Amino acid sequence: MCDTCGCTITAGNAHLAGADRAARTGTTVEVLKDLLAANDRVAEHNRAHFDEHGVLAINLMSSPGAGKTTLLEATIQALSGRYRIAVIEGDLETDNDAARIRAQGVPAVQITTGTACHLDAHLVHRALHDLPLAGLDLLFIENVGNLVCPASFDLGQHRNVVLLCATEGDDKPAKYPVMFRAADLVILSKADLLGVLEDFDPARAEAALRALGRDTPIIRTAARRAPALAAWLAWLEQQLSAPRALAPLRPLERGVNTSV
Amino acid sequence: MAFASDQVPCVRRGVRVHELSICQALIDEVAKIAASVDARTVGRITLEVGPLSGVEPELLARAFEVARTGTCAAEAELSIAVPDIVVRCSDCDATSPAQVNRLLCASCGGYRTRVLEGDGLKLRAVELDVPEAPPAALH
Repeated sequence: MCDTCGCTITAGNAHLAGADRAARTGTTVEVLKDLLAANDRVAEHNRAHFDEHGVLAINLMSSPGAGKTTLLEATIQALSGRYRIAVIEGDLETDNDAARIRAQGVPAVQITTGTACHLDAHLVHRALHDLPLAGLDLLFIENVGNLVCPASFDLGQHRNVVLLCATEGDDKPAKYPVMFRAADLVILSKADLLGVLEDFDPARAEAALRALGRDTPIIRTAARRAPALAAWLAWLEQQLSAPRALAPLRPLERGVNTSV
Repeated sequence: MAFASDQVPCVRRGVRVHELSICQALIDEVAKIAASVDARTVGRITLEVGPLSGVEPELLARAFEVARTGTCAAEAELSIAVPDIVVRCSDCDATSPAQVNRLLCASCGGYRTRVLEGDGLKLRAVELDVPEAPPAALH
């Protein structure tokens, strides 16, 4: 009769009809799997490397120009007598920031990403080949200035510190929730300028941060003319003496971890 | 949240590294599942992309078109669901809906909350074309 409805199946053409039926047979596999990008595997490897050497690794993130490098310079001046510090710097171009850190007498490796707007675990892993961890207490990873993409890339760090500069808007935590939720500490940097920056309301910034559902502390620093670093140094000392096992909230684990 | 390629410099031809990397992991996982049931091709892939996951669904869809070329998922359709954000309050134990930048408890207003739904990136289902055993020869 017809050759499409299957009613003329014979021994001769049965295999063809079978193939046609197979093409229409679907099977749905129900899965429940968190997708872990290749980056996260390398990040775990980096973290294991830090733990093996007892190094506290801190990922420092912010907008460009919020004061990360200047804060590191002041921090090194305050702490290098008591702790062995090293820095991995991330920028698209130039060696400028690593040079500034080395001028403080501390080892620094510069990653120039070219066009990548964030550091990833693989880049950090390569940088570690040039940075022996033996004897180090504290490693800062100064990320590329960017409040978007770096938040999604675990580098193997133990803590995320995000700078919010007094010259920025006090609603930044609301505008960049993924980044500010990832922070274990928020630093209100260049706080010595608050007196002339009437639009910035620290209470509004804190409320916006609190609205992200975590206990994340927000502290002030001034790192230039008259360094005011007490709260920041106290937080660092606390982290240096606390157990390292608590990794920061990473995007795929937020449903499981509790707030620190 | 939408990253138009003219607004965000790290988006090139509609693709961002983060989403491309996720797609590569996704296709690896789908390939494993397909191989485990001897499937020849993949039909539809269902993903859940939380608003707080740091992944942008539109960029993920575009990255998928690039990443699937020459793989078992070359003809696959990507279906992306965006779940609502749900939080549980550590103070009053209530479960309530929330927004990306307002994760407070709707019941007591407290900020000590945990995200139950909405920050994950999950592979939910894969539709596969599985070859049937050929029918017994008809006499």
